[in-house]
Amino acid sequence: MNAFKVKRKDVKEVSVIYLKGYLDAHTAHEFEEALQELVDEQRVRIVVNLSELTYISSAGLGVFMGFIEDVRKKKGDIKIAEPNEKVYRVFDLLGFPVLYEIFQQEAEAIKKYRAT
Amino acid sequence: MKRKTKSYLLKIPSQTDNLEIIRNFISGVAKKVGFEEEDVNKIELAADEACTNVIKHAYQNDESKDIDIAIKIDYQKLTVVVTDRGQSFDMREVELPDMKSYLAELRVGGLGIYLMKTLMDEVDYRSKPSGENEVRMVKYFLKKEKRPVK
Repeated sequence: MNAFKVKRKDVKEVSVIYLKGYLDAHTAHEFEEALQELVDEQRVRIVVNLSELTYISSAGLGVFMGFIEDVRKKKGDIKIAEPNEKVYRVFDLLGFPVLYEIFQQEAEAIKKYRAT
Repeated sequence: MKRKTKSYLLKIPSQTDNLEIIRNFISGVAKKVGFEEEDVNKIELAADEACTNVIKHAYQNDESKDIDIAIKIDYQKLTVVVTDRGQSFDMREVELPDMKSYLAELRVGGLGIYLMKTLMDEVDYRSKPSGENEVRMVKYFLKKEKRPVK
């Protein structure tokens, strides 16, 4: 029933996390674990691809908030790629576009890291 | 279109893996009574936030407890009432974060109440003498500027 999945792909120094399904209070810890794993491996150039994410609540948004400071301190970032309109609207409501770079294409987000 | 008063009720164990069922219940009713997709999504998210608060705070993850979710429809609005019998928590006492400084300070958590108040037209909370706590959230069929002046 609960079709939430987290996948990871490393593209040289950048790691992409793919979220699929519902990101809510039930599934947020799986996303948290995936980010923690990257931080533990010192892989802090992170892109979160949301193309298959159908829903996000504050529990999911809290995970982004919980890691961003630590990741930036380590000279990395969390960039967001390919959110659908419904998910983007929730980000927008909370002013996330001010704090996070959001890209329409995953490749653009990866390219941005290459440029820095 | 004239709508008759109708009620929909769901009693469900206080578990995060039931949030999906709760969302489907809420969005199913909101869609059926004629809300547009954007409003359906808002009502669904606000109800999720209210129930998540109950599961985590009022019942402190005690899965033996139940949450009651009632949706009432009248001719002008949809009302969601989420009732629990756990620890009371008065969201009226929680100061709404100023989002700019909130983001600047990167505070974690506490976004749920801000979302509920932003997504719905009215949100209220009360603890009854019977020990029940009730969050009541309203969405009008018409946007404020289109509603007849009383």
